[in-house]
Amino acid sequence: MSNTKFYLPAPSAAAGFVAMLKRDLLLSYRHKGELANPLIFFLMVVTMVPLGISPDPQFLASLAPGMIWVVALLASLLSMDVLFRSDFDDGSLEQLLISPQPLYFMVLAKVLAHWMVTGLPLTLAAPLLGVMLALPEGGYMPLCLTLLIGTASLSLIGAVGAALTVALRKGGLLLSLIIMPLYIPILIFGASAVSNAIDGFAIMGQLAVLGAFAAVAIVLAPIAAAGALRVAING
Amino acid sequence: MIALTDSLLDVIDLSCKRDQRSLFEGLTHTFCPGDIVQIEGPNGSGKTSLLRILTGVCSDYQGDILWRGQSFFTDRLDYLNHLLYLGHLPGVKKSLTPRENLHWCSGMNSGHLQIPILDALEEVGLAGFEDTPCHHLSAGQLRRVALARLYLTPTPVWILDEPFTAIDKSGVGKLETLLCEHAAGGGCVIMTTHQELALEGVDKINLRDYQPKLVQWQQEEWGIDV
Repeated sequence: MSNTKFYLPAPSAAAGFVAMLKRDLLLSYRHKGELANPLIFFLMVVTMVPLGISPDPQFLASLAPGMIWVVALLASLLSMDVLFRSDFDDGSLEQLLISPQPLYFMVLAKVLAHWMVTGLPLTLAAPLLGVMLALPEGGYMPLCLTLLIGTASLSLIGAVGAALTVALRKGGLLLSLIIMPLYIPILIFGASAVSNAIDGFAIMGQLAVLGAFAAVAIVLAPIAAAGALRVAING
Repeated sequence: MIALTDSLLDVIDLSCKRDQRSLFEGLTHTFCPGDIVQIEGPNGSGKTSLLRILTGVCSDYQGDILWRGQSFFTDRLDYLNHLLYLGHLPGVKKSLTPRENLHWCSGMNSGHLQIPILDALEEVGLAGFEDTPCHHLSAGQLRRVALARLYLTPTPVWILDEPFTAIDKSGVGKLETLLCEHAAGGGCVIMTTHQELALEGVDKINLRDYQPKLVQWQQEEWGIDV
């Protein structure tokens, strides 16, 4: 019997990428509560800072860049754990691994979807929180810019940790321990860019470093996450 | 290397170990177009492990697996493009509707759809449930959402792990017919099930025959019923 009719054309990676992205965005839309979680955390912490520390605008202004960056980082960390968890639990991660698609792009699509529902809203909400923390005028643009680039790196790096801990029942703490050290440089450069801008210094250097982090993360993190996912499913 | 031009999948001297325990050894089989192969064996004998090895998800094995006469790794994506695997877990997202779930699956396989998604859902008896979120569906209906992919994709190799779980009698009958049609059309089905199949011409691989001697001896010694 001839099986020539079964030579199927190779699937397009673009179609797979779009399908994955669409599905994950749709899933986030269906779980609106989870979607709002990091954002509400972000809002709550920043609201409480003036109440808990001091309402003095001058004092808050000196605190604002670092404070907003730290909270954004923690909010991003908070949302990382669920990235692959539900897919692992219902078997769709297995289907993802045996789909005829390069796993690199599949992970990238998942991270992009995740960033669009966590990092991007955080970036957009940041100016509002800047007002609440009396951020000086020159700080808004750099804050948004650094958060935009920085949260993308955070999501990418977080994906590696999420993939490494997906097979563990209680991987939450381990996940934080794995990715926290990798988050630190982004925090340092992000926060210092904002405070430098407020003090009237050039920030191109910090922006360039953040951009370099993002570029390296976009190339390497999905590869590492894909490898970690294969190991997790293998077990 | 044996190059059998007509075979789809060749398994040569395959062994699998799990936690120091050897599950099976020296398994050699050729899966040709038109075959329906049922993997048999008691619980824990490695049926699911074997299927997962054949999908490439699990790499804890020794031996060779050939896809159309070539090693499985030389053109991994090509093999995966011709494979449909339904595992223990249905891989269905509960907060999406059946239609959205199948859209995702077909998108991943670059949408070589044989029939429209709605027709496939009708075939598995889910007409009218296309837009019901899957968490409102029963276990059997969830399974049917996954099974609808059998109607959708034209892949020749089907690897099915307990496809009849939670499926009612008429559903099982329909599925058996589908498997027969697939085999007659030049496809190949590798499956595990604990149900008696009403199909003719099913090859059976009993994993008990490939268990290492020591394990059999131990089982006799300890009086474990296999």
